Amino acid sequence: MQSETQSGSPTQGFWKSALDALLIPFLAILTAVILGGIIIALVRGNPFLAYYGLIQGSFGSTRALSETAVWATPYIFAGLAVALAFKGGLFNIGAEGQLALGATFSALIGYALPGWLGYDIPAIIHLPLAVIVGMAMGAFWAAIPGFLKAYTGGHEVINTIMMNYIALNTISFLLNGPMKDRDPNNVIARTPLIADSARMPTIFEGLRIHWGFILALLVAYLVWWMLNKTTLGFEIRTVGANPDAAKYAGINVKRTIILTMALSGMLAGLAGTIEVTGLNYRHELGFSIGYGFDAIAIALLGKSHPLGVVLASILFAAMRNGATRMQFLTQMPVDLISMLQALILLFVAADAIIRYIYRIKAKGERVVLTRGWGG
Amino acid sequence: MDWRRFGFIALIIIVLFGVVVLVGMQQRPPILIITSMLATTIAVATPLTLGALSGVYCERAGVVNIGIEGMMLAGAFFGWLAAIYMYHVFNFPVGVSITIGAFFAVLTGGLMALLLAVLSITYKVDQIIGGTVVNILAVGLTGFLNRQMFFGQSSVFGGAIPNSPGVLPTLHIPIREIFSPLCGASESCLQTVQAINRVFDQKPIAISAILLVFITHYVLFYTRWGLRTRAVGEHPKAADTVGIDVIKMRYANVFIGGLMAGLAGAYFTIESVPSFEPLLTNGRGFISLAAMIFGNWTPIGSWAAALVFGASQALQINLQLFRELIPPQWAFLRQSYVVGLAPYILTMIILTGVIGRTTPPAADGVPYEK
Repeated sequence: MQSETQSGSPTQGFWKSALDALLIPFLAILTAVILGGIIIALVRGNPFLAYYGLIQGSFGSTRALSETAVWATPYIFAGLAVALAFKGGLFNIGAEGQLALGATFSALIGYALPGWLGYDIPAIIHLPLAVIVGMAMGAFWAAIPGFLKAYTGGHEVINTIMMNYIALNTISFLLNGPMKDRDPNNVIARTPLIADSARMPTIFEGLRIHWGFILALLVAYLVWWMLNKTTLGFEIRTVGANPDAAKYAGINVKRTIILTMALSGMLAGLAGTIEVTGLNYRHELGFSIGYGFDAIAIALLGKSHPLGVVLASILFAAMRNGATRMQFLTQMPVDLISMLQALILLFVAADAIIRYIYRIKAKGERVVLTRGWGG
Repeated sequence: MDWRRFGFIALIIIVLFGVVVLVGMQQRPPILIITSMLATTIAVATPLTLGALSGVYCERAGVVNIGIEGMMLAGAFFGWLAAIYMYHVFNFPVGVSITIGAFFAVLTGGLMALLLAVLSITYKVDQIIGGTVVNILAVGLTGFLNRQMFFGQSSVFGGAIPNSPGVLPTLHIPIREIFSPLCGASESCLQTVQAINRVFDQKPIAISAILLVFITHYVLFYTRWGLRTRAVGEHPKAADTVGIDVIKMRYANVFIGGLMAGLAGAYFTIESVPSFEPLLTNGRGFISLAAMIFGNWTPIGSWAAALVFGASQALQINLQLFRELIPPQWAFLRQSYVVGLAPYILTMIILTGVIGRTTPPAADGVPYEK
């Protein structure tokens, strides 16, 4: 950030740096799309029709746009969760578990609280309460590996993965047992529907897009502000860039690591909460599977920058949303999208390949996202 | 691998077995319970052992391998696909088809590992991200091809999954034949020998996993190759100075690691159940990784750790068998979810360093720059 303002006029520097930052991801996406097209052609499909379907299904109508926003909402929150941890030098693979746990407990507050109290609660209290409980569960779940990292050196990659399994097992137990929907027709592991007072309103009548999407954009800005304009953000970035230097500068590294993980988990929990309060109005087992990995891909694609995360989330959401239309037009399986995403991620991660193909010179320092097991 | 850690591992396994024996004693003699649990333990531990060995090869050479899961998954799919192709399209006999399938699984693991090697060694991509790319690519590739090959109207097999040629046969080790004459007329002795024999009747990949543990131990600690591998993982600069080709050693070891992960993948579709479903490996690559750390980056330690995971799975399976016998004050054991948490919590405890600190190779995760 500092180097941009030093070179040339500030505005020119901003646009130039934005262009530079976007160039590699753009070329990575382009390359992945071309490669994907070749793969489609290889399995006897029509790549042009497939991509046409993809775009039409994701941006072609008001309903399509609304659905893309609906898909993008949890991606933005979860992507921000992983990106924030990256900034702090931590790799949070546990977004999946934190998200699911947040969703489960937010659903619990949503359906059970009126019963516990014995009377209806106004939405102005009930909805925020459900959201806060989901966020708190996510933060708590991520703070445990954060604590272990800070005080015992146990690597957060393994610990967050283990916490994922513990969360999913616990949720299986809850959704099959104490929290199961008691409706006589129900055979699947899911919670009852949450009360009306815990539901987030939709923005437009008849479309599924809800205020969670606006909240996601707002939170993305807040994360950017927190990282770049506050002391805490400075501490997180310093610990992420060089923990030893941070220690000598008088930053409480242990506390910062735990806080970073807790904030990251909070965002992941928020992703789950918003899905429950804004879209599904309940939590269902297996519903959130794969969000954790998508979030990693999104954070990497967005280069851990909140704006990049928002754009990457919209791209991923558009692909997921348009896939159905693509399948309808070309009989290409929806799973093609996963492969396209993997290719995009591959080229974003290995930008050296992209630089080699398009003969672009590398600029600036390499950003270290994670370190080996030593921490 | 220190004795304290081995003692801890042995203790856990004894406790896990002890619980089942205590619960099931009224219905079945303990020897039968123990041997049946041992058989399950070894079978369940097989992919974990191989996955952990994959990690040992890569990380001893200085490349963090978080892509074991993806290599396993890809190996499982392509091995299975190859077996079906050989059987249905080329009309090979069953045995040949399965063998070729296993070979393809191993090869696929190696190829996925080469991708990790190119990313992390040549392009110096962050190794954990390189591994994540391998994982995500494997999920996408296998999911897409699985759907495209078997479910599409225009697919090769016309929208139906053809019968798989089956799985690898169980190898019979003639313990019963050798020892039963010693029993004379004693019925219980015969039963015991029979039960013990069941532990040793394992399938080829399970047996090769155990052999590979000891082969890897020998290679790593008693050969020139192993010394060079460890040198490259601990202090690449020094290794380079004495004329070891760091890049080549890392490539070779990552590739070997991939072959191990591929064999682990073959366990799922060629040895265990002859079918494939998306996300079939279900996180076992990550548990292998945990087993490797648990075993302090040594082959034998990793194997012991994999056996702990196997034992806790065996506990889960066997407790379900004796569900009705569980006393009411232990009712929580009836919930398979609760018992299923054991390995994950254990891993986290191990990682805290209560049982002695684990020490990764010094240059693990650091790309080599001349």
